[in-house]
Amino acid sequence: MITLNINGKEQQLDAPDDMPILWALRDVAHLTGTKFGCGMAQCGACTVHLDGHAIRSCITPISAAVGKKITTIEDIQNDTVGQAVQAAWSEIDVVQCGYCQSGQIMAATALLATNKKPTDADIDAAMNGNICRCGTYPRIRAAIHSAATKLA
Amino acid sequence: MNATPNNSVNISRRTFIKATALVAGGLVIAFSIPHAKRFLMPGATTDAGKAGDKPLPTPNAFLRIGTDNTITVMLAHSEMGQSIWTTLPMLIAEELDADWSKIKVEHASAAPEYAHTAYGIQITGGSSTTWSEFDRYRQAGALTRALLVSAAAQQLGVPVESIKTENGFAISGDKKISYGELAEAAAKLETPKTVTLKDPKDWKIIGKATKRLDGPEKINGTAVFGQDIQFDGLMTAMVVRSPVFGGTVKKFDASAAKKIKGVQQVVQVPTGVAVIADNYWAAKKGRDALKVDWDLGANASLDSKALFDGYRKMAATEGMVAAKAGDIKTAMPKAGKLVEAEYALPYLAHSPMEPLNCSVKIDKDACEIWTGTQMQTTDQQAAAKILGLKPEQVKIHTLFLGGGFGRRANPAADFVSEAVEVAKAAGVPVKTVWSREDDVKGGYYRPMYLHKAKIGLDANGSPVAWEHTTVGQSIMLGTPFEAFGIKDGIDNTSVEGTADSPYLKSIPNYQVSLHTTKTGVPVLWWRSVGHSHTAFVMESLIDELAHTAKKDPLEYRRALLKEHPRHLAALNLAAEKADWGKPLPKGVFRGIAVHESFGSYVAQVAEVSVNKGEVKVHRIVSAIDCGLAVNPDSLKAQMESAISFGLGAAMQSEITFKDGMVQQSNFHDYQVMRMGSMPKVEVYIVQSAEKMGGVGEPGLPPVAPAVTNAIFAATGKRIRTLPIGNQLA
Repeated sequence: MITLNINGKEQQLDAPDDMPILWALRDVAHLTGTKFGCGMAQCGACTVHLDGHAIRSCITPISAAVGKKITTIEDIQNDTVGQAVQAAWSEIDVVQCGYCQSGQIMAATALLATNKKPTDADIDAAMNGNICRCGTYPRIRAAIHSAATKLA
Repeated sequence: MNATPNNSVNISRRTFIKATALVAGGLVIAFSIPHAKRFLMPGATTDAGKAGDKPLPTPNAFLRIGTDNTITVMLAHSEMGQSIWTTLPMLIAEELDADWSKIKVEHASAAPEYAHTAYGIQITGGSSTTWSEFDRYRQAGALTRALLVSAAAQQLGVPVESIKTENGFAISGDKKISYGELAEAAAKLETPKTVTLKDPKDWKIIGKATKRLDGPEKINGTAVFGQDIQFDGLMTAMVVRSPVFGGTVKKFDASAAKKIKGVQQVVQVPTGVAVIADNYWAAKKGRDALKVDWDLGANASLDSKALFDGYRKMAATEGMVAAKAGDIKTAMPKAGKLVEAEYALPYLAHSPMEPLNCSVKIDKDACEIWTGTQMQTTDQQAAAKILGLKPEQVKIHTLFLGGGFGRRANPAADFVSEAVEVAKAAGVPVKTVWSREDDVKGGYYRPMYLHKAKIGLDANGSPVAWEHTTVGQSIMLGTPFEAFGIKDGIDNTSVEGTADSPYLKSIPNYQVSLHTTKTGVPVLWWRSVGHSHTAFVMESLIDELAHTAKKDPLEYRRALLKEHPRHLAALNLAAEKADWGKPLPKGVFRGIAVHESFGSYVAQVAEVSVNKGEVKVHRIVSAIDCGLAVNPDSLKAQMESAISFGLGAAMQSEITFKDGMVQQSNFHDYQVMRMGSMPKVEVYIVQSAEKMGGVGEPGLPPVAPAVTNAIFAATGKRIRTLPIGNQLA
């Protein structure tokens, strides 16, 4: 048994220490909003926040999250920045298949939490690890700028 | 557009209709609108129903109206990003005068009633959903409205003609009744013999940019994809497959795998060995610990370089003739100038973001499947065959697809069949999950192709003879689509975009021939199918001819396409919006391409710079004539999407073989488009009353040649092999 703080709640999970946070969230805690895309930190679909920082949950073992706070897409609307990002995603109608979007939103929220007015280059740098095979990139960029404006 | 001046549709003649009461959490009405009879599959029912029939099983419904005023639209097609979850409800809501906020959407089950109106099986592909459902879904809406109006007239004691409908209400004078209140009464009425569709000038929803109905759940993480299915007793399986296509298991040692905590069973299946575990992590660790001896079979020496060498030899000879006119043999020697070129394109993986997966629960005389699929009918038939069931005993729950791009429309039903085999062997409900490596190495690629062309120009630089030879695998061969897709030995998907090229139609002497190869590599349609290679080749060649003739590439195309107004309309709009011919910032160059696919005409202008061998695509200006644009915003999204998909592949993607094995494995070595490389995209829609075409794929074919033509303008180097990679370094 391992105790993790997920979305503000302490939870006891029956999982081995080396299990990636991704699979503990999905298969043990049954929070399926966080997605599996590549398993080697190449696509960003699994992005969650660990103490507010964006991490790739597919390669981060749960042992690294003990004593820290995991935030997932299921709880990001309770974050001021996360809420603004989701609202911008809706306003621009960003999503297509939608599978990568949890990770995109978590990455964008982490970016805006530390950089209130990201330039296009900042967005490129922060979001380059999040693949979208539907190519929603132009709309993601527009939505991040829009959220930044709303948060200003 | 398809709407005709006479919008009256005679229903009875087309064996439509079932209006029936249903009980499902409140009173609802259901309508059965089977597709036209000539496309029916064996076993489909077309009997027109009568009022008071027993409740229909859900599969027959296209539309349900609840007493709570909710309107549930059943999708005969799969939502994989293309926004059909919104476009099809728009068609119904338009004719129904529905309250858009009350619309709910569900994927339909797998059933003959939901067969594609043109293809005869339940399939989402070929950029065909909107045009193929434009009549059926509007008719479902119009029929429903007619019944609700009749019910309202009876209830209010007024003539039908005095009723108007608006926003989910039937209104007569100062009285109004909601559709939910009328649903039960409407379900008891005789269905009308004819319905009248709205005059397009009265449309309020069709043609208006409409936000996605699946947006909210895809933003908050609640959307359910195949990968997200969980229920008590569902195990996770991973299959170790042969490292070489066609290899078979000699023997395996599961002792180490079985020691991994959470691993429950190790079973052999036709495609390999499956580890069944409590969760993905245990299944993966178990699979890593599995030792399998393979008989690698006939493909163990497969090698991309050797394959291309073989293709090159074949291209030197004439293949099976797919199209011809005049006589190239006498015309070619008379031409003033010759252009000869060879083009090569690699195997490509679809790599949708959601790795393949399929959950299967087998009961006595029944099977339930949860997956994201583009081809329910063949999946259902494959599962039924494996289990000795009838197709209707196999229930398929289609969930959101985390991307498809053709990979989830496999006539061989590979990932569904395998999952059924795993669940059958394990004797428990199992979700079979592919890793990204499994996906990249798993085959069903866009085939690799080689094209060789010899073109003779006259004194004015116009082509007078064109000899074109293509070498590559057939996608349709050996599938149930063979009868419909292969004619006289020519697979249409190998020559679409060449054999029917509008450029060739303007040339007196031409010949397109095809060598169909067999390599052992499983291949499949990849977004835009044959056009994904033919547009690159044709639009590059035309550019080569323009430069050889010392003419402007836009003007050169205009001259050859003068009898093709839809090509011209897209070309002219893209050129105008991109300021073709006007100065650009220093170091930035333009390229242009135009191509028709799936009934739509797309032209693109790329703005590109090349710095120390590194290509930067700054902007793509895209214009499309697809006839009526039902939802202009989702059309634009599909253009952006196709450009991203096609450009990423053109820049970096390739699957290669050495010693029989795929050399790529994940997104670090199978590179795709990322944020930092994505250009600005502008999309313009040609105002068009022409026949409707598709929008999911047609934005892809022109992007690679538009970019490589711009690279030629920038550097004088002609890119004839994709991906572009580091060819300019």
